[in-house]
Amino acid sequence: MSFPVLSAILLAPVAGLLILLFIPEREELTIKIVSALATLVSLVLSVAIYFLYDSSQGGLQFCEEISWLPEWGIKYSLGVDGISLPLVLLTALVGFTAVFASWDIQRRVKEFFIFLLMLVAGIFGVFMTRDLFFFYLFFDMAVIPSYLLIIIWGSTRKEYGAMKLTLYHVVGSAFLLVAIIATAIYGAKALGYFTFDLYSLSQVNFDVGFQKIVFFLMLIGFGVLVPMWPLHLWAPDGHVAAPTAISMLLAGVIMKLGGYGLIRVALWFFPEAAHYWAPFIALLSLVNVIYGAMVAMVQRDLKFVIGYSSVSHMGYVLLGVAALNTLSLDGAVAQMFAHGVMTALFFALVGNVYQRTHTRELARLGGLAHQMPRVAAGFLLAGLASLGLPGLNNFVAEFLIFLGAFGREDLMLGGSLAFRTVAILAISGIVITAVYVLRIVKNVFFGPPLPEWEGLSDVRGVEMVPIVVLGFTLIFFGLLPSLQINMIDASVAPIVAKIKAAKAIGGIF
Amino acid sequence: MANLYWIPKAWLIPLLPALAFPFIAFITRKARGLSALTAILAIGVSLVISLGVLWEVIAHGITMDNPVEYSTVWLQIPQLLKIEAGLLIDPLSAVMLLVVTLVAFLVEIYSIGYMEDDPGFSVFFAYLSLFGASMLGLVLANNYFMIYFFWELVGLCSYLLIGFWYHRAEAARAGFKAFVVNRLADFGFLLGFFFLFIIFHTFNFRELAAAIPAYHNVGLLTVAALLVFTGPIGKSAQFPLHVWLPDAMEGPTPVSALIHAATMVAAGVYLLARAYVLFASLPNVMLVVAYVGGFTAIFAATIAIAQRDIKRILAYSTISQLGYMVMAMGVGSMTAGIFHLTTHAFFKALLFLAAGSVIHALHEQDIFRMGGLYKDMKVTTVTFIIGALALAGIPPFAGFWSKDEILAAAYHNGFLGLYILGTLVAFLTAFYMFRLIFITFFGERRAGLHGHESPPVMTIPLGILALLSIFAGFVGTPFTARGFSTFVYYAAPHEVEPDYMVMALSTLVALAGIALAWWLYGRPSDLPERLKESYRWAYNLLWNKFYIDEFYLWIYRRIFWGLAEAFHWHDRHVVDGLWDGVGDVTRASGQKLRYLQTGNLQTYALVFFTAVVVIALWMAGMGGMIR
Repeated sequence: MSFPVLSAILLAPVAGLLILLFIPEREELTIKIVSALATLVSLVLSVAIYFLYDSSQGGLQFCEEISWLPEWGIKYSLGVDGISLPLVLLTALVGFTAVFASWDIQRRVKEFFIFLLMLVAGIFGVFMTRDLFFFYLFFDMAVIPSYLLIIIWGSTRKEYGAMKLTLYHVVGSAFLLVAIIATAIYGAKALGYFTFDLYSLSQVNFDVGFQKIVFFLMLIGFGVLVPMWPLHLWAPDGHVAAPTAISMLLAGVIMKLGGYGLIRVALWFFPEAAHYWAPFIALLSLVNVIYGAMVAMVQRDLKFVIGYSSVSHMGYVLLGVAALNTLSLDGAVAQMFAHGVMTALFFALVGNVYQRTHTRELARLGGLAHQMPRVAAGFLLAGLASLGLPGLNNFVAEFLIFLGAFGREDLMLGGSLAFRTVAILAISGIVITAVYVLRIVKNVFFGPPLPEWEGLSDVRGVEMVPIVVLGFTLIFFGLLPSLQINMIDASVAPIVAKIKAAKAIGGIF
Repeated sequence: MANLYWIPKAWLIPLLPALAFPFIAFITRKARGLSALTAILAIGVSLVISLGVLWEVIAHGITMDNPVEYSTVWLQIPQLLKIEAGLLIDPLSAVMLLVVTLVAFLVEIYSIGYMEDDPGFSVFFAYLSLFGASMLGLVLANNYFMIYFFWELVGLCSYLLIGFWYHRAEAARAGFKAFVVNRLADFGFLLGFFFLFIIFHTFNFRELAAAIPAYHNVGLLTVAALLVFTGPIGKSAQFPLHVWLPDAMEGPTPVSALIHAATMVAAGVYLLARAYVLFASLPNVMLVVAYVGGFTAIFAATIAIAQRDIKRILAYSTISQLGYMVMAMGVGSMTAGIFHLTTHAFFKALLFLAAGSVIHALHEQDIFRMGGLYKDMKVTTVTFIIGALALAGIPPFAGFWSKDEILAAAYHNGFLGLYILGTLVAFLTAFYMFRLIFITFFGERRAGLHGHESPPVMTIPLGILALLSIFAGFVGTPFTARGFSTFVYYAAPHEVEPDYMVMALSTLVALAGIALAWWLYGRPSDLPERLKESYRWAYNLLWNKFYIDEFYLWIYRRIFWGLAEAFHWHDRHVVDGLWDGVGDVTRASGQKLRYLQTGNLQTYALVFFTAVVVIALWMAGMGGMIR
């Protein structure tokens, strides 16, 4: 191992954070530039390893390892594969653009960026670590700063939103901690030594009864983050309260920790339980998709619409997980990336609108394409991605999930007809999505110019960074999906192989 | 296939307009002239290549059974999925390429004049280029995935261009409606080719064509075919999803001509032709296709006779003619359907552009506020009448030959009912077109409206389209040796036999329709008003388009939206209430245990952590026991 590139990506925000500690509070521009540079380093390195990763070889690459608590088998060990690398890139993209989306922060600028960088570093850690203990540590490292960021810099009902979000996450992580410790103890007994190493633990043949319980705990723990119905309410309330950058990170990246954990840990460790719980997850995913989309449709606050749309879109990730096959899991990972980019773009643009109009009420907005054509164009792009327009990243992801769920080889659960019905109903979500997305485009940006918004300025300068970077990403992977899917597929394959080899047990229903 | 020059360059045909789109959007947007030039140059070169392709297809004996296919892998997942980006060049795509590039080229030239004063001039040309690229990609697609890809993109362009004047609330609403209705149809289409994929493990048209005849699970195949057919029902505005097309007239008129008359709405018919082997192997599905088309044809034609808006009359006429084409597909004559698609593209584009010329001069769309326009707008009047004659099916205009072939096919393939229905539609068509003509172009001038002829940049495209509307039909008359039916066909090339009875009857009813229109509207008379009064109910039914929009709106607002509101209430009261209830219990206990409450998050976290460790230890014991 030559240059510890993953540590560099992880530590660049930490280094930025440390530098910020020594910069006086009033040097606001310097603070912003340092933050931007810190996240830029992560972004450049992430892009570099993304294209250096050898998909034909697959598996973990760029590995690093330092023993930390050897008697407990806890190691600082990093590595990325085709599942985590897109999410590392996602984190870098959203982290970088979130700094620019926060350019107009007025109060306590220094602390804001310190917490922001801490949050980004924590998320990087979750996606890179190969150690379950560190996984949990980084996970909580992301929860605490998001609480502070919302309660100090938030808006509408921020105390409520922040507390709700934090309680959901803390409760979820408690379930997770139980599951992780139980897994490690079981693993220690089976292996004869204590370890939190993901790969070593994945070699253990867990007892089916044990699998069922621990898988369920993880489903709750990770499901809160996804956010899986009925554990989803932190998302809309949290987003409405959160400042723009935090909404971007929450919906763009933190939700993906849930899907990532389900695939990386739950499916990989507990393949029999995956079969057992899959019909249950499929049903919940259907509720997520349809119910989330319909609730999004009737919202009166722009951020609530986007918040519920995330519930709906992340339901497709759950559907991909529930279908348990190569296509659907490839799609689920790609959907996490695509949704993250798309929703971060949405929140950045909503932030731009809110900053100028000081309202997010749909009833008061209208005709804004006259004053801010660039925001309108960006919003339309994000909206089109959201409704799965071909040529944009989300389409490929959703297509794979749909095809995987619809055409899954019969894996003895629930019967293929029942599953296919669920898949068809979930696919009908593309119609409802079109309704709510184009409805807000129409109500916010189209129609005659309103006198109230006369003279508002369009975005320019650094405000353009999120639109350009995230918009470009959506188009790039939309036109060249093989750069994304080939990588994911190589790493999904071993998990699917394990699921297919799993002893057949009936589904929960 | 040695010595091919143009065909290997066919990939440039969609690529050039595709490049023009970002070029105009990002580089020449401020320079209006340059934007128009870029767009027209791009589509112009595509037109030249398309002509070359068509010429080579004819000259090198490339037939429907012996096409040229180029393909590269776009996305591959080993053993599971292969998605190609590929071109399929056969007589069908070659004809369609020419139709699309030619009409697009003429419409873009016309738009220089029509959109002259519009502040969004450059953006308009950018969108038209994007449309051209998507439509040509759709035509060239060699597999279902790719056709769906571009199918959605032309839908996007349609949305953008209907709502081009987004400051008008009606335009924004019409764009929204068009997209959502099409989305509903595309949902079915998507499922349809998913079914095909899980049966045959390929999206490729030719591989499917080879595999389908050997497959014997008719039930599954029928489901797949019906679902695929929902795509054309949406895109080609067939009943019951036709409701978006009349509203789409909110877009600028060149858009109505190009997208909502000549090309995009015909994509559904094109898809039926591409997927013909699937339908032809399923007689029951063919029957559904035939009757949906036939019903749409007569249904829309009756609505057209009561409308007052010049563009809406033409829109209902388009729906009706698309119904004809779909009916042709259903009665088993793919050739007739595509032939009519081709001639219709020319004369309907002509009619819309001529109507645009009127609107450009008067800024008025209600035909009853027009009159006597022929005195001021000679070229527009003459070309419009040529278009109308072609549409009405008067020999020897183009529409006569293609419509006649459809009627003959219906008659000879044993669909007597549909043949009679089609003949009735021919009568109605002639009637509503000449009603429009007598009211708009003849009679007395209305006060306050003064027409003036449009500039040559608009009238020259009209002239070219008029020539095509006269002569384009000659490639496919029963008297043409080696005509259209030996070129674009399903199964085997065939010569069309002239059926003089069908010809004579359709000509007669068309003339009768014109005569009736003259009798009612061609001379001063209060008869139309009296008729309207005595048959008020019938008039209301037609004027209100059989209340179908109202019915859908009711479903959308009351049922769909009501359900969503119910879900929202449930989310806020039941789900949230549940967790808040848990919170309240916690808080109530907290009241009892006040002295423990510090209001401090870290303390809570500590309690959680302790609890978790306890549970974990318990779990560990459990884990041991389970083992």
